[in-house]
Amino acid sequence: MLALKVEKVKKIFPSLNSKGQEVLALDDVSLEVNKNEFYSILGHSGCGKTTLLNLIAGFEVPTSGRIECAGKLVSAPGADRSMVFQDYALFPWLTVYDNIAFGLKIKGMSSSEIDQVVTRFAALVGLSQFTGHYPHQLSGGMRQRVSIARALVVDPTVLLMDEPFAALDAQNRGMMQAEMIRILNEESKTVVLVTHSIEEAINLSDVIVVMTRRPGRVKKIIRVPEPRKMVEDTPAYLEIRRQIRDLIAGEHDVSETV
Amino acid sequence: MNYLRSMFQLRRLVLLAILLASWEFASRYILDKTQATLLPPPSGVLKGAMELSSSGELWKHVLDSLRREFIAFCYASVAIPLGITMGCFKWLNEQVDPIIEILRPIPPIAWIPLSILWFGVGNVQNQFIIFLGIFFPILLNTIDAVKNVEPSLIRAARCLGAGDWNVITRVILRAALPQITTGIRIGLGVGWMALVAAELVGANSGLGFLINDARTVLRTDFILTGMLAIGLIGLCLDRIIRYSAKTLMPWARSLNS
Repeated sequence: MLALKVEKVKKIFPSLNSKGQEVLALDDVSLEVNKNEFYSILGHSGCGKTTLLNLIAGFEVPTSGRIECAGKLVSAPGADRSMVFQDYALFPWLTVYDNIAFGLKIKGMSSSEIDQVVTRFAALVGLSQFTGHYPHQLSGGMRQRVSIARALVVDPTVLLMDEPFAALDAQNRGMMQAEMIRILNEESKTVVLVTHSIEEAINLSDVIVVMTRRPGRVKKIIRVPEPRKMVEDTPAYLEIRRQIRDLIAGEHDVSETV
Repeated sequence: MNYLRSMFQLRRLVLLAILLASWEFASRYILDKTQATLLPPPSGVLKGAMELSSSGELWKHVLDSLRREFIAFCYASVAIPLGITMGCFKWLNEQVDPIIEILRPIPPIAWIPLSILWFGVGNVQNQFIIFLGIFFPILLNTIDAVKNVEPSLIRAARCLGAGDWNVITRVILRAALPQITTGIRIGLGVGWMALVAAELVGANSGLGFLINDARTVLRTDFILTGMLAIGLIGLCLDRIIRYSAKTLMPWARSLNS
């Protein structure tokens, strides 16, 4: 069962500089995302992986090609593709509770229903004690938990994550990855995550999509042998990490000449 | 401990006290009688203030001025929806912006002669002048605030299912609120200054009228009382808005940092 289908997508940005050169960000990207699987899009910064995510979210429109979510053509942002942002993008004027409830209020849910759902998801991300706090009173990791809960409550077909843990320190990052695995065990979800961390991709994914550098193309799609159960420093882990590292390192030289 | 600290705070008033004391001294012992009439000592001003306030005259003028400021503010608050629409829709901004750019540098006071011809002497003319003072700071701050709304907040709302209306009411308006409040604060300040100027020449009541009227009967103590009242009320308006913004929007600090 396909949750998301990206078909021969190309994205050209009009020139930002005075030279007037258009930028080919993505070229001929095709991707099929199965329901309830975790996909990581991995590549150098500037390889267009965030552009791909923005196209899926509907923030940008592809120059050519098409994107379908649950069989429907994507043309604008919608709650079937909610996103977790790198900078959290929490509404600072709303409490944790109201941030999580945001999408439900827009849906027009009754307040008793909202209360139920928010309570459940606040507990799921471990923030039951903090629902009355404002985002500025929380640490980075806690803010990202709010952001994850906020995106999950609307029950998206695909959950999009744009380098969600990149702004956290190493310790918090590891903890949040473990949290993410725990959350997905309780709430199975289709996820597309963009990251530049090979370890993060291996720890979280069913499938890893390695991108080429400018223009972004799909270089290789790798299925992780034991998703979310890989133990660090075992031969299997080291092998897959080496394989991905080589794929990405191969991209390095090309880019430097640009 | 708290008592000690508040005593310590008083040190900031030392220079003020010295100045007041020397003014009192100069007015009493150095200036001759004519000069002392032109600059009454602080104690004389205080006596004048007591006289004005116990007769109720001061409060009548204060109320009249405040009422004008308030009514003008109510009219001027159209600047908020206008500013939000201008911030959201480029084509509207393109059309309205040149008009604003031409009108904005004209000080409200420069409108006084024309407005007296249009509206005559009285409330409407005064309110018009104050309106001009309040309107532009609110409008410009609102437009700016809307433009500065974090784009990722709008994206976050959209991918949670929000349409244009919800984005405007639930995100843009809220995110812009702290700066809109700053606009209101500045606007009320400019409006208050404009009010006094408008009342000096085009009113039969109000603090501006009071001090100009006192001039004709050479009551310098009344003039100074009126000036003090103008200053204190301006300060209070500013503080009230600052305080309520701080209490009502505890999160606003995190936006500005």
